[in-house]
Amino acid sequence: MASVLINVPKAVRKGDVIEIKTLISHPMETGFRSAPDGKLIPRDIIYRFVCTFEGVEIFAADLFPAISANPFIAFTMRAERSGTLTFRWLDDKGGAQVETARLDVQ
Amino acid sequence: MSLSRRAVLTGIFGVLSLRPVQATPEMMDAAIAEFAKGRAIKPGRVKLDLPPLVENGNAVPLTVSVDSPMTEDDFVARIALFNEKNPQPNIAVFQLRPAAGRALVSTRIRLGDSQFITAIAETNKGELFMTKAELVVTLPACAEN
Repeated sequence: MASVLINVPKAVRKGDVIEIKTLISHPMETGFRSAPDGKLIPRDIIYRFVCTFEGVEIFAADLFPAISANPFIAFTMRAERSGTLTFRWLDDKGGAQVETARLDVQ
Repeated sequence: MSLSRRAVLTGIFGVLSLRPVQATPEMMDAAIAEFAKGRAIKPGRVKLDLPPLVENGNAVPLTVSVDSPMTEDDFVARIALFNEKNPQPNIAVFQLRPAAGRALVSTRIRLGDSQFITAIAETNKGELFMTKAELVVTLPACAEN
């Protein structure tokens, strides 16, 4: 669907608090703008973002039209062990984008 | 063809009602009250990092952090952001876990005008803390309309 950038730090030691950065391409159409013909452009935003680590939710966000196009979200986690991070974005058109990233703890 | 007073007035109000909707500080207060659900909101502990002046309201970098140990017994469970003058008062609600290690979230937001941004943090015990930051937008996000 959309292109995604995920940044998980490399060379992480156990107990470090790391910052995970995510960026996804999406118009985040607010539903308040009108097209040249005067009709309102229907709302199409990513309204929910969830990040899980080995199946356990570690961060989630409810988003509104005030979030910029191509939403950037950065959050932290305490790295205790290696595992897989799963990122999920849900949008108004029913689309879901799922990406995974590996966290390696030394 | 003569226009009746009623037709003229209807026309004027029709044009006025076509202007882009804008939230008011009262709408923000209502949205905050809905989030707080009657609990008292204390100042402090929350830090909101915003540029004081931005040229482009379409992507304003924002970082919110909360002073919290983030342990199983004492952590920030939710952080909500509100604005005064966009069409809707809500910006985002972030849900955090003790596993976050720190209560720190960054994102980019749209702003339709120069205004105050409010951040409210809710701890796992239900306490609420808030802070406000003002910024000036020289080219608002809704200017292309």
